[in-house]
Formats: sequence, C-alpha cells, structure tokens
Amino acid sequence: MTRSRLAERLVQLGFFGAVLVAWEIATTRGHVSALLLPPLGSVYRDFITLLSTGQFWPDLGTTLYELAVAFLIAAVSGTVIGYAVSRSGYSVKVFDPLFAGLYAIPAILLFPLYVLFFGIGPASKIAMGATIAFFPIVLNTIAGLIYVKSLYVTAARSMGASPRQMFWSVMLPAAFPVLLNGLRMGLILAFLSILGSETIASFGGLGHRIVELGENLDTSKMFAYIVFVIIIALLLNSAVSFAESRGRSHPA
Amino acid sequence: MTQATPAIRVEGLTQAYGAESDPRRVVALQNTSLSVARGELVALIGPSGCGKSTLLNLMGGLAAPTSGQVLVDGEMIRTPLPRKIAFVFQESTLFPWRTVLENLKLGMAFQGVPKEERDPRARESLNAVGLSDFADHYPSQLSGGMKQRAQLARALALQTDILLMDEPFAALDEQTRMVLGEDLSVLLARTGKTIVFVTHSLVEAVFLADRVAVLTARPGKIKTIIPVNEPHPRSRSFMTSDKLNALRNQLYELLHDEIRATMALGASAGAAETKSLYTVKEEEK
Repeated sequence: MTRSRLAERLVQLGFFGAVLVAWEIATTRGHVSALLLPPLGSVYRDFITLLSTGQFWPDLGTTLYELAVAFLIAAVSGTVIGYAVSRSGYSVKVFDPLFAGLYAIPAILLFPLYVLFFGIGPASKIAMGATIAFFPIVLNTIAGLIYVKSLYVTAARSMGASPRQMFWSVMLPAAFPVLLNGLRMGLILAFLSILGSETIASFGGLGHRIVELGENLDTSKMFAYIVFVIIIALLLNSAVSFAESRGRSHPA
Repeated sequence: MTQATPAIRVEGLTQAYGAESDPRRVVALQNTSLSVARGELVALIGPSGCGKSTLLNLMGGLAAPTSGQVLVDGEMIRTPLPRKIAFVFQESTLFPWRTVLENLKLGMAFQGVPKEERDPRARESLNAVGLSDFADHYPSQLSGGMKQRAQLARALALQTDILLMDEPFAALDEQTRMVLGEDLSVLLARTGKTIVFVTHSLVEAVFLADRVAVLTARPGKIKTIIPVNEPHPRSRSFMTSDKLNALRNQLYELLHDEIRATMALGASAGAAETKSLYTVKEEEK
C-alpha cells in the first residue's frame, strides 16, 4: 500500500472513529435518552450475545432464502427476456424504452398489492425482490448484447460461425461485463427491497426483527441487529465484487 | 473448373446504399470488373471512400451486391465461404477475452476443423508470424503490430486458398509497416495463396503486389491495372530500387486526379453540413 493509499484508509477509519466517539459522548455526557440512542457498550454486549447465541439464524435464513429465490427468478427471466428482445431491432425499439420506463416507477408501491396476492409470508417478499431486480438485469442484457462490436460479429461470420457458436463464443462473452453489472445491481436492489418489505408486513426476516425490536423499545438489541445487517450487506457486496473480478478474467 | 478459371472473378459489380429515388443514395461501387488469377497478389488502391473495402467485402461474400456477381472458383457467392476465403481486417478483431492461441483455435472451431488438429495448427501459424512466445498473451497485452500478426496467424491457420486483407497495416507506424511488409512478402511467397489486399500506401502496394488495381473516386470503378513484374519474395533491395520508385510515381500520377476529385466531393459534403447546422440554429430561434 502506498503512502497516499494509507492516508486515505486512515481518514476513512477516522470518520468511523469520530462517529463512535460522538455517539459515546452523546449517550454518557449528553442528555440523549438511552431509549433513543443506547450506550455503545450495551449495543456491543447485545451484538456479542447475538453472535454467540446464534439467535439471528432463523431471520437471516428467511431473508437469504427470499433473496436467493427472488434473484434467481429475476436473473433467469431478465437474461432470457433480454436475449429474446435483443434479437431484433424492432423489439429493442419497442421493449427497451418500455422496460426503462417501468424501471423508473417506484416498484415498492406494489408491495401492498403483492401482500394481497401472495400473503404476508416470504412469497410477497420474493415477488417484490424479483420485480425490482428484473429491470436492471433485463436492461443490461439488452444493452450488452446490442452493443457488441459489429466487427467481432463480421469476423466470426467470415470464419463460418454457426448461430449457436456466434451466441456462446462471441455475443455472450462480449456482452458479459455489462450483463454482470446488471446482475450485481439486481442482487443489491433485491436485497434492499426485501429488507424494506420485511419492515412493512412480514412474519420473519431481518427487516421484520429490527422493526419488532424497535416497536418494543429494545433499541440496544435493535442496533445490534442493524450492525449485523450492515455486515451481511458488506459481505454480499464483496462476494459480488469477487465474482465480477473473476468474470473479467482477461486484462482490460 | 480448369487451371485457367480465375480464383476470383468480379463481374459488373455495383453496390449502392439507399433506394434509387432517395436523393441521399450513395453509389459506392459502379460496374466494376476484375479477375484475380490463382496464386496472384492484387493490391487495391484508391482515394478514401472510393469503395475499396466494399469491393473486398463483396469478394468475400460479407455483403451481397446491388447488381453484378462475384465468382469464386467459377461459382457465384453471396455469403462467406469460410473454407475458401479468410479475412484480415484493418482493426483488430481478435476477441479480447481469449488468449492469442485460443483466438486461433476458436477461428478453426468456427470453420469446422477437428478438435485435435486445432492446437498444432494454431502453434504452427503463430510460429510462422513469429508470435510463438505470445501464444498465452491476451490481445490487449500486444502492440498494434503484434495484433496484426496475430490476426494474420488466425487467417493462415484456416488454410484457405484465398486471403482478403483490408488495410491490414493502416493503423501501424511506417517503420513497423515496412518490416511487416517484408515479412509478409516472404511468408506469402511460401504459401502460394491468392491474395487481394486494400491499402492506402503506394509503396506497400508496389512492394507486395503482382498487380496494382487503381480505383477511381466515388462511385468507384477500376481505372487502371499496373503490373509489377518482380519475383517473390521481394527483397529489401527492391524497396529502394528505381523500379519501385518509378512504379510508385506512376501510381501517384494516376491517383492524383482521383484524390483531388474526392476532396472536391468532401468539400461539397462539408458545405452541406455547415448549411444544415445553420438551418438547425435558425429553427431553434
């Protein structure tokens, strides 16, 4: 790590340190109610208990299950539909703006409807996550496939590539970075929307647990869960970045 | 098919873009005919936008002509013939997500070469262009000259009788281009392929070709064909010879008027552009 990189890291760490110090001062010296902002020490103790007892497992399991199913639905339908649309210039002209327009609608507004359709259980969260993740995936699939350099296609055609070879050996790898970007956005949006929906109406999941703790004024434990979710989100992000760096196996 | 059948025969080829009634219709190539004998190396030279690349693409079946026909070994073609014709393009068309060796093997897979033959053939072609040490490099790790060698290797690995090259060295600096030209001359003399290549460089055309076909300004057609009459492979001394110089000068004289004509076309197109910009501004008010 160079000196400037080190300095950047120090400033970033300093920022978190400052937030924690301000928190500590506000709760010990200040007049902030422990109900609204619990002391750091108690959040820390609750966090350790949370980890050591493993009481997070059922909620984490529910949320990750919803995320996995929602993402799978969105990834498969998004790439397949995106591919189908990219096949003709006419359908791109029709569907690309249509999907882009729908993407702009705050889809979370559909959640009450999904609760009516699918109930308060995981199904409505899955539907929500899949709906929101579908759009970046389908849009990036279309964009990735239609902007493949035409010279690659011409060269492959001159060498006799069959339609199948053209798709698997030219179009897909050429579009892959853009496609992967859509999948990454889809996964993160699905995670956010599932957590959000769980806070609105749910029987379980991390979002639901946090709301429940808040409603019982068990704020220290609530913060412990929030920290836990942040860590899960960070892990998810690094997993995706890792997959992305593996996907781009060739030097740029 | 006899030995006398030309490898490529172009008959009355016209290529136009846009409908006949459309005022923006562009005729890239008009009633062009040309015959390329087996094992012959023909250079196409002409002013920018004269339809050289169009002619080359039509010869390789990458496009279908508006009228006229292309006969390869006496048979009419309108689609690519991967077993007979290989291309080398001006810009690198190596796939960046595959190594050089994998690029060569993929080309052969497209062409239908049995799997077990691909690796030895790919290595042999890389060896022929002097890129053996770069087999496992990705295209982005190669210089411009090396990329063009790799593209040539990919075309050679396909073992076609005909090689069509569209300004293969245009993106390279003059020194690299001269050395690659020498290498190419030696390499191609050995393979005995029929070759048509497009170039902007008068020296390159004379140095490499058996005949140089000079195209007119758009709409392009063949103005003259100059024979070079010099055995292959061409040596370095040919590059500096009076003969090459005289032929180059002759080409320059032939091309000069055509280049002027093209520039006049360009000037009028430029004027139209200025005018339309002006109209847009007027409309905004």
